[in-house]
Amino acid sequence: MTLPVEFQNEPPSKLSLKNVSKTFGAGTRGVQALDRVSLEVGESEFVCLVGPSGCGKSTLLNIIAGLESADAGQVIADGAPVTAPGRDRMMMFQESALFPWLNVLNNVLFGLKLKAGLTRADRKEVAQFYLKLVGLEKFQHAYVHELSGGMKQRVALARALAPNPRVLLMDEPFAALDALTREQLYGDLQRIWAERKKTIVFVTHNVREAACLGDRVILFSPHPGRIRQEFRVDLPRPRDINSVALARHASVITAALKNYAAGGPAEAAE
Amino acid sequence: MKRFAKAAVFFVGLIVAWGLLVRARIWSPVMLPSPWNVAQYLWGALLDGTLRDATEVTLKRLLIGYACGLAIGLPVGLLTARFRVLRDTLGLLALGLQTLPSVCWVPLALLWFGQSESAMFFVVVMGTVWSVIIATEGGVLNVPPIYARAARTMGSRGLHTWLAVMLPAALPFVVGGMKQGWAFAWRSLMAAEIYVTILSGFGLGHLLHYGRELNAMDQVIGIMIVLLVIGLVADKILFSPWERLLRRRWGTAAK
Repeated sequence: MTLPVEFQNEPPSKLSLKNVSKTFGAGTRGVQALDRVSLEVGESEFVCLVGPSGCGKSTLLNIIAGLESADAGQVIADGAPVTAPGRDRMMMFQESALFPWLNVLNNVLFGLKLKAGLTRADRKEVAQFYLKLVGLEKFQHAYVHELSGGMKQRVALARALAPNPRVLLMDEPFAALDALTREQLYGDLQRIWAERKKTIVFVTHNVREAACLGDRVILFSPHPGRIRQEFRVDLPRPRDINSVALARHASVITAALKNYAAGGPAEAAE
Repeated sequence: MKRFAKAAVFFVGLIVAWGLLVRARIWSPVMLPSPWNVAQYLWGALLDGTLRDATEVTLKRLLIGYACGLAIGLPVGLLTARFRVLRDTLGLLALGLQTLPSVCWVPLALLWFGQSESAMFFVVVMGTVWSVIIATEGGVLNVPPIYARAARTMGSRGLHTWLAVMLPAALPFVVGGMKQGWAFAWRSLMAAEIYVTILSGFGLGHLLHYGRELNAMDQVIGIMIVLLVIGLVADKILFSPWERLLRRRWGTAAK
């Protein structure tokens, strides 16, 4: 790997999930987290998974990341089955999971140091490029405890982007932030997504957030986790979470969500 | 500097109070020598080299034993944290032995190794090693699992995850354990030195012991002051930098 290659966008992935099932525990105590979930995600598509807690959406994300394995079914990224974590699929969590013993720059460098073929100077340049992308180049020498919640998530985003993955997996990354910070990050994420062309799978339980960010919103229902319905969001970007058109989309999705929560019948995908 | 001045005023005040108490002649001067007598003893011991030699002997025993205790304790603690079978066996043994006051190793060490440097070394290692194992194990088990997951997605595997993530993440606990190990080692070494004479070297504990034998209260108190100063300096040199690092990076001190 050389520096110019690092700055090119890796071609975004196509993900294909086929009948993925996962049960935690065994016997009568077992909880079926996912029941035959199938999903296609296109290149550089932004897909949001929405559902109440316990619907298995985070589990599904972990399986795509390769952090957990499915009991049945397959996850295929660019034609190859996923069996282990890989740098082509980077993950972001609700907690920033930044390392407190490293400063901001070294946190972003962590993944880059594990990538072969880059010199020290190259790696630093790449890391600083991504810190600039998230607007934190001035904070590269700060330690994690000195950052606000929103800044931590920006660093985590830079750290996830730095190894130049094809897929970004985001597990409720903004859930713990205040509304104002969250809105800023919606704007940043859309800008970065447009600039760096990643395939993004984004888990949330916030319907408006999903409608604001996703090309498609996939609705899950719990016990066992199943895909219930899909919604396409055809609004121009960048989207404002406070816009009326977006609220209209969100209210349709919310109505469906409530319907399933009340035990309503399954509907065919849109 | 202002903090230093306050501390200096406090200690000078303490010594003055001590001097006044001696002047009041409530106790016999044999039982409570004046600060001046103690200072005279210390000055004499410093000039004839007794103090320097004893300090050297004691610190050498302590530092070598402590370093070996760390060298054993850290990897073993990582292993007991990593492998459940080791935690249920070796880890349990360590937990048991850690509750044993480390002075209790002295009789066993003397029977096994005789009145030798090996006995002293053994006592110091035993004082250090168990707390370090327990602290390292506890530290690693307390590392939020999300750190390891994040590291794995970035391509970290196996040994790299352990050295680059688990060990530094456990550092606040590990430093706490190192401090405790140091305290145990220091206390047990003093007990051992007071307890037995070892001809290969007279440590500070021996000087304390002979002070008692000779009824030389100035020596007893003088050596106690030296021990106190060494403890204070060791804390500042060995642990303060670590604790500063923890405060700076984690925003906290050792647990």
